Amino acid sequence: MSLGLFFALTGAALAAATSGLGSARGVGIAGQAAAGSCTDNPDLFSKVLILQLLPGTQGIYGLLIAFICLSQIGLLGGSADPNMSLSTGLLYLAACVPVIIVEPISAINQGRTSVASIAMVTKKQETFGKSMIFPAMVETYAILALLISILAIFGVARL
Amino acid sequence: MAEQYIYAVARVRSRELSLLNESVIGQLCAASGEEDCLRILNEKGWGNPDLPSEEMFREEEKKTWAFIRELVPDQMQIFDVFRLTADYHNLKAAVKESCIDGTHPGIYQEDGTLDAGVMETAVAESDYEALPKSMRAVAQEAKETLLQTRDGQLCDAIIDRAALEAVREAGAKTGEKLLQDYGELICATGDIRIAVRSAKCGKDRQFLMKALAPCETLDIELLADAASSGMDAVCAYLDHTVYADAVDELKASVASFERWCDNRMIETIRPQIHNPFGIGPVAAYILARENEIRTVRIILAAKRNSLPEEMLRERVRAMYV
Repeated sequence: MSLGLFFALTGAALAAATSGLGSARGVGIAGQAAAGSCTDNPDLFSKVLILQLLPGTQGIYGLLIAFICLSQIGLLGGSADPNMSLSTGLLYLAACVPVIIVEPISAINQGRTSVASIAMVTKKQETFGKSMIFPAMVETYAILALLISILAIFGVARL
Repeated sequence: MAEQYIYAVARVRSRELSLLNESVIGQLCAASGEEDCLRILNEKGWGNPDLPSEEMFREEEKKTWAFIRELVPDQMQIFDVFRLTADYHNLKAAVKESCIDGTHPGIYQEDGTLDAGVMETAVAESDYEALPKSMRAVAQEAKETLLQTRDGQLCDAIIDRAALEAVREAGAKTGEKLLQDYGELICATGDIRIAVRSAKCGKDRQFLMKALAPCETLDIELLADAASSGMDAVCAYLDHTVYADAVDELKASVASFERWCDNRMIETIRPQIHNPFGIGPVAAYILARENEIRTVRIILAAKRNSLPEEMLRERVRAMYV
């Protein structure tokens, strides 16, 4: 087994792991606020649930990158090259870096923004539409990182 | 650390919706009488028509603390800073009761951190071990002073100073900005009250240095100098401090100054209304509830005594929401 394959697999694993951890934290903190809001006003459930789920997308992005990476290196179909060069393996790892770093940070920050938005909805239910926009803005950077990682993985695969 | 209180803050946000706002206070001020006020309060979930108003206030205070206990059952000691005043009131009552004959029911407050009965026994038997360390020396000094001099005012001054110091220290110890500011403001406004009363009674500098509690925003040496010279000197000194806007209120009346103190506290806590993290919003909710109970008490007392609406509005405090 080559070191190249090891690094490529590490990239995929870290993408899924760090994004998942970030999302778990983000959804967790938003969930505490959502539970607090619903305790006294259960009618808010559907609204605060959406706000709570927003930081969960980063985990999905990480999972997506991990799938693409595993598929490109052939580990999903059983066609992996055991002699993958070290440089190719490192290139796959580098391609995953935007997702590995940006997704967890954006998930936690989105969770915190969701907490503030939940407070806003609790005070004025009619601000739900506006309150969605604030955490959604954080999503932009998660999507940008996802995009770059996808382009980079496909680019490495074509080398 | 700040994320520890997310659930609590979210619940406080929900409860803030039922706090009395300026418009409800306006309705209460414009109400035709006490009964009308009680009806409005009833609609807002306060008490019930058969409950005497004092009982209603006690119920509301209990409701607040029950809610806070439910939110942060393991962190209640952080809010001791709000309950110390009751402890020192009880100490004052216990010291005075121990120096006169008979028992006097109803002089103790229930919402302190210490059981009033324990305090009463400790002071009566001069066995201060049951009291917290910080209170033992003060209790002993106050009781001995009262027994030796029969000067109730001096005894009060000793305990009041200890109370102000305790509140300030407790606030500082929490490490929470809001509670630190609370402790400082309580201590500083307490010092101003002492200085003003002493200036009006012609107390000397020696008494003032014994009565004033040190704080960051006031220089008690200068305040004592000013107070021993008279009211004008106190106002002149305060003009150069962060409490300069209290001067006009002090010149107007004691009631105006008391309203200024409460409004200043509301100004201090108001930023917490937009803060989704930390213990600050929970502490602010407690103070906001205390403020609304105090305001409603003033309104009901005014209605009971048929005070003109204009005079009442001058006494009404600013609301948190």
